[in-house]
Amino acid sequence: MDAMPKWADVVLIPVISLVLAALLSALVILAIGENPWEALKLMVDGAIGSTYGWGYTLYYATNFIFTGLAVAIAFHARMFNIGGEGQAVLGGLGVALVCLYIPWPHWSLALLGGTLGAALFGAAWAVIPAYLQAKRGSHIVITTIMFNFIAAALLNYLLVGALKPAGSMEPSTGKFPEPTHLPSFQDMFSTADTVMFRGAPANITFFVAIAACIAVWALIWRTRLGYEIRAFGHSESAAKYAGISPTKIIMISMTISGALAGMMAINNVMGEAERLVLNAVEGAGFIGIAVALMGRSHPFGVFLAAILFGFLYQGGAELALWTSIPRELIVVIQALVILFTGALDNMVRMPLESFFLSRRRAAQRKSKLTAAE
Amino acid sequence: MTAPAIELKGISKAFGPVQANKDISIRVMPGTIHGIIGENGAGKSTLMSILYGFYKADAGEIFISGKKVEIRDSQAAIAAGIGMVFQHFKLVETFTVLENIVLGAEDSGLLRPSLARARRELKALADEYELNVEPDALVQDIGVGMQQRVEILKALYRKADILILDEPTGVLTPAEADHLFRILENLRREGKTIILITHKLREIMETTDTVSVMRRGQMTATVKTSETSPQELAELMVGRKVLLQVDKTPSVPGAVILDVQNLNVTDDKGVHRLKGINLQVRAGEILGIAGVAGNGQSELLEVLGGYEKGTGTILMNGTPIDLTGTKSDGQSRRARGIAHVPEDRQREGLIMDYAAWENIAFGYHLDDKFRTGPFMNHAAMLQDTEEKMARFDVRPPDPKLAAKNFSGGNQQKIVLAREIERNPDLLLIGQPTRGVDIGAIEFIHQQIVALRDQGKAILLVSVELEEILALSDRIAVMFDGHIMGERDPAKTDEKELGMLMAGMTGDPADVTVAQIEERLAYAGTGEKV
Repeated sequence: MDAMPKWADVVLIPVISLVLAALLSALVILAIGENPWEALKLMVDGAIGSTYGWGYTLYYATNFIFTGLAVAIAFHARMFNIGGEGQAVLGGLGVALVCLYIPWPHWSLALLGGTLGAALFGAAWAVIPAYLQAKRGSHIVITTIMFNFIAAALLNYLLVGALKPAGSMEPSTGKFPEPTHLPSFQDMFSTADTVMFRGAPANITFFVAIAACIAVWALIWRTRLGYEIRAFGHSESAAKYAGISPTKIIMISMTISGALAGMMAINNVMGEAERLVLNAVEGAGFIGIAVALMGRSHPFGVFLAAILFGFLYQGGAELALWTSIPRELIVVIQALVILFTGALDNMVRMPLESFFLSRRRAAQRKSKLTAAE
Repeated sequence: MTAPAIELKGISKAFGPVQANKDISIRVMPGTIHGIIGENGAGKSTLMSILYGFYKADAGEIFISGKKVEIRDSQAAIAAGIGMVFQHFKLVETFTVLENIVLGAEDSGLLRPSLARARRELKALADEYELNVEPDALVQDIGVGMQQRVEILKALYRKADILILDEPTGVLTPAEADHLFRILENLRREGKTIILITHKLREIMETTDTVSVMRRGQMTATVKTSETSPQELAELMVGRKVLLQVDKTPSVPGAVILDVQNLNVTDDKGVHRLKGINLQVRAGEILGIAGVAGNGQSELLEVLGGYEKGTGTILMNGTPIDLTGTKSDGQSRRARGIAHVPEDRQREGLIMDYAAWENIAFGYHLDDKFRTGPFMNHAAMLQDTEEKMARFDVRPPDPKLAAKNFSGGNQQKIVLAREIERNPDLLLIGQPTRGVDIGAIEFIHQQIVALRDQGKAILLVSVELEEILALSDRIAVMFDGHIMGERDPAKTDEKELGMLMAGMTGDPADVTVAQIEERLAYAGTGEKV
């Protein structure tokens, strides 16, 4: 029997962890000499206090949903894909090639093409480490992290060479043509009288990310492939007994993982920058690991965790803008959140479990007493 | 009249809603061997953990030699003269035997004098009780039998008068177990009190003076061993009449279903595991493979089940099956009518974190009956599980419970239900009753015989010779990757089979049981004879 009701496991533990992380962050802010309450208000105001703030929060969240899902699906096959960063870089390359070299008549088709390009390039970058793991036993953690560096170097090479427009001094591609520009939230939600999400980068890709969440959920928990992936993740020896090929599962799960990480590029490259620049990913690949951990590898959890990290990113930027709190402090706060929700999970879980156990026992004693009467 | 060496009065202990021990009282007289028997989960280990200070009882008292004691932790237990030998040894593998014995009981900050004293005492103990060990060997280099003797020595070195052994023979070969029982006999003669916890009736009958039976947290009876029978004890354990003998009629073998010709297997490390195996299994018969664990039986099952490659020829219903190519996996084997209950249900047969309803489809999850469109049909899987659970009396009958939360016997019933209900032509079954309670053993044996009577071929692998003798219609004995010979269970005995298991040939009349046991202790361990 489980020690706690499910809601406590899914909701209460993350919330308590978050509160603890927030309290500790407050102490740090206090030590800097700022008012933590004011800081929190500023963050909330800046990140979710206006449609403009939401426009940024959801933009960041979209990136994290893709990279979080990528890590999550690999986790289910007990693969630790920490190459989301590199796969997202390659996804950006895929998007850029699709947008620059194919004449698209309309953004909707371009979105489809861009998604395919991003997924294909991201997947390709994950397939090589997967193959090395499945066939040669090279550890996926080592190979995927090395592929991050190769991806960065490759992009650098292309952006100062083949992909740079003639005469440009900047290491980036040229601007993507007009028909590939995706509708932003401003385009989608503004009415004749009021402008919503003014200038914010959130765009239609957010809905693609939600669709990806649903698709991953269905894949993992509703399809035979998902059943096999989870079975393999739980027990490789049992999977072999059942006739599930380890090679097949490693290759497929990493392909999907890489494709999801790559798809982040339709948000940041196609939706926001509208050209490919250096360091477009900005560490979102690594945030994806924290998001997947915090979301317990469940697509819905990943969605919520991504929104939270989007909030921290945008709120943090606001803090740096308006107070003397340095931007780096946001990294500290994020680290605390990861620490409490990921690494120190048991610190919150154990006391909570014994609390629920003792409560249940008391309830039983009481029901026994009433029965005796 | 002497006071009992140990007396428990009204011990109770609950874990959450589970009452693990309920009002338990026992008296154990000094200089006796007292057995505690019961099924898995009956509360034996909890009771002993209370006695050794790991758990605190909710109620009840403990008396040692007539004096009431409080056992708060294991230090207090040791001080009271209680020594414990756990099922899983608690030794430091990289320390020597001597260092392990002294560990935690050093005389002073300096190690040398303690070790020297321990060495002297060890010599005396070894001579007195047949507790021979190699003091300077590393624990990781010695066999399990000697590791267990180290555990006993640890307790004796700490001046234990009461020795508790928890399922001590679980990891031992029969010869090692006999050695252990000789040691216990010697200890008893010297006035030590021994509590032996086990679920094996035979050990209780052969070694104990008195025996207490536990069932569902309660002590159901305490009797003199000489005044009881295995039948009675089994009934007390399970709470109903139990058939200890398998009830079966002579087999009526039909056509050859499985024909294995010159099968060879070499494992990842390059070790030649199967060396030219030839065997046949016919419809309507059970072929039992006897042998000491590690002589190739596992590999035989794995090749047949499709997750180990091999060379040679295997004919299933007359047509060859793929041993190395793309059709050599578990899925293809199932398609050919081969079902497999693997030796290790927790590592292979089940996904322990999957619910029962997910496990019921495991291996058959690509079947159309579990599918609607691109998705799995959860409703069909749940319904299938409910039916199978009812038919195989799986308890609790809750399809949504994770496999790891079922007892060993019920886990095995889930695997068995899944494999048997497919109506296979051939059933491979390894260690069908390992870690399974008596009540469930009876049920599982009945199912295997019933399947045979339906005209199916069954290949049974078990390290329990009794089980092989009880179930098989023919017995093949494996040693070092070879089949040493086939015997008719009605015309052979444990001695002859034991010889074959030890790799010995010749007339059984020419060798003694002791010679066989000596060789058996090394069979399958990879050590040199």
